Amino acid sequence: MEPIPKTLKVLSWITGALFIVALYLVLFYAPREMVMGDVQRVFYFHVAAGWVGGLAFLVTAIAGGVYLRRGDHRWDQVALASVEIGLVFTFANIVSGSIWARPIWNTWWTWDPRLVTASIMELIYIAYLLLRQGVEDPARRARFGAVYGIVGFISVPLTFLSIRIFRTIHPVVIGSGDPSATGSFNMVPEMRVAFFFSLFTFTFIYATFLWHRLRLQRLAEKVEHMKMKVVSE
Amino acid sequence: MTDPTPPMEAIEQPVVINRGSRFGGYLRAISAVVWKDLTAELRSRELFSAMLVFALLVILIFNFALELDIRTRETVTSGVLWVTFAFAGTLGLNRSMAVEKDRGCMDGLLLAPVDRSALYFGKALGSLIFMLIVEVIVLPVYSGLYNINLFHPGLMAVILLGSVGYAAVGTLLSAMAVQTRTRDVLLPILLFPVVLPLLVAALKASNGFLQGFEMEEIWPWINLLIVYDVIFIAVAFMVFDYVVEE
Amino acid sequence: MIEARRLIKTFGLKPVLRGLDFHVEHGEFVALVGPNGAGKTTFLRILATLSKPSMGEVRVAGYPLPAQATAVRRRLGVVTHQPLLYGDLTAEENLRFYGRMYAVLKLKRRIEVVLEMVGLNVRRRDLVRQFSRGMQQRLAIGRAILHDPEILLLDEPHTGLDQEAAAMLDTLLRDVADRGRTVVMTSHDLTRAADLAERVDILHKGKIATSVRRGEIAPAELPGLYYSVTHD
Repeated sequence: MEPIPKTLKVLSWITGALFIVALYLVLFYAPREMVMGDVQRVFYFHVAAGWVGGLAFLVTAIAGGVYLRRGDHRWDQVALASVEIGLVFTFANIVSGSIWARPIWNTWWTWDPRLVTASIMELIYIAYLLLRQGVEDPARRARFGAVYGIVGFISVPLTFLSIRIFRTIHPVVIGSGDPSATGSFNMVPEMRVAFFFSLFTFTFIYATFLWHRLRLQRLAEKVEHMKMKVVSE
Repeated sequence: MTDPTPPMEAIEQPVVINRGSRFGGYLRAISAVVWKDLTAELRSRELFSAMLVFALLVILIFNFALELDIRTRETVTSGVLWVTFAFAGTLGLNRSMAVEKDRGCMDGLLLAPVDRSALYFGKALGSLIFMLIVEVIVLPVYSGLYNINLFHPGLMAVILLGSVGYAAVGTLLSAMAVQTRTRDVLLPILLFPVVLPLLVAALKASNGFLQGFEMEEIWPWINLLIVYDVIFIAVAFMVFDYVVEE
Repeated sequence: MIEARRLIKTFGLKPVLRGLDFHVEHGEFVALVGPNGAGKTTFLRILATLSKPSMGEVRVAGYPLPAQATAVRRRLGVVTHQPLLYGDLTAEENLRFYGRMYAVLKLKRRIEVVLEMVGLNVRRRDLVRQFSRGMQQRLAIGRAILHDPEILLLDEPHTGLDQEAAAMLDTLLRDVADRGRTVVMTSHDLTRAADLAERVDILHKGKIATSVRRGEIAPAELPGLYYSVTHD
């Protein structure tokens, strides 16, 4: 058994500590939003999860591109690990959004550009996993994954754009948005702290998960190697 | 029976290989692939009749599903048309690549001394032509059945732009899908989420023309169609090698 | 003409070629024999530019692979397990398609010549779908020699051929070799391989185990040698 590398151990602990602090900031430090009440607190992790989803799929597309250029299968492992993490966080993003939307918009679901884009993105990367599952040869599997990871990622902003041209009721909290959208609010400084700290923490969570996942893949590969050795002897 | 010994004098004929410009050779390879697909299809008409019958069936089902009466017709026509084109298109894309895969002809294409992207453009162009032929037949049938005038130059342009993008992405993805175990079910799963912006834009632009909207409202959609087409043709051009080569 | 050094090919973790060395001179006729799974087809596919080696060097006609694959493809005729023909096209149309892909000029005349050579002139307007396995194989060989390649690679070309067609193929191959073309052929028919080729290489477990030139041993001794090499 290969021990967990020291840096990874340290990173995991830091991430854990950051998460506890983030929980404190979100639940206690940030003030209660006046109109929406406590349910607004979903917002911090909701956006952070969405951010990690997008980041993860971006990493997949980039790792796919590097894999196609260099042919080093470690980049393919990064791409796959990142898709898995991205799927989980995008799912968390959609679900937490629904929980927030129920009291605020009075519905679990609406055909808003962000919602649709997030769920289409989720579907694209489920398709990505299905595609990989159907391919026997590992090198071909990696190439197909890389190609689809790139094609899928490029289509996401176009999907967003296409639905954006419809009117949106999703609040835009960061940057200029329509202040009359239901559920929009102004962030007071404490909220800002909680918000950016959540983003920061979730980025750490992403990095930690990715590393653990890569290590797991390496171990699985090692087991395969050993099996092959036993079989061929 | 035939004579087992070949006539030796015939072998002495020298073989001349055209070593013209690279671009000329590139275009020749594309046209050879298109010619091959069209010739085979004109003979068997398997793919074409399947696509057409399927398209008509989809329209028939929509007729009952949506109760296409006079009032709703105007607003849902573009939706019905694009769903029909998309489904029929998937059939065509799947089949066009399956022909190459089943008899190992993909190897034959790959052995040829031409750039892989020429193979891509040849296959994509063939699929585009099939789609357009089906659309050219479906449109008058639809307009006859429901007494709607579909002959608007703007609509034709939108259908062309939409089909170009659909064939461009579809050819790339079907080249992957046919090489998997789950090939027949996989193509729509891979294709639809990626092609969604194209379908939304095509649908909205078509609707705009059918309902006589101002061009100002239609332009954003047409721009999106063009952007989509350009981006995905470029991406497919760059990555097709990796999809077909081992 | 063909040079492979320390060639390794793995599928996933499964090794197929394990450091294969191979060398063919210009105009040589070499047969590759070996048990199933020895790596014959894999090796031939690498030479044919259809597959890439995991490690090692390959040069065909002086060009390194896979870097200069297009230059190699121009000089290569390949017959694989599958005929690589389109069922919905006629024999003539199939050749016309491939002729265009290889940019063969005076194609009409050349197609006639090739169809004559493989004995399919009377069936040239028939759909390939209706051809028997043997006829498809003959047309596949016609497709491979259409552009008169310098190197001919054949993967078990006699499979599925009847006596007559096999004899025709032998004549054709001899003729191609006589005109100074390089031929590499895999086979599991030892007698035929020894009969046709100047050199027989025995492939075993992803390596060339032994190489025998014509005249080095009596044809009758070849099966014994083959057995002793492949059953260690």
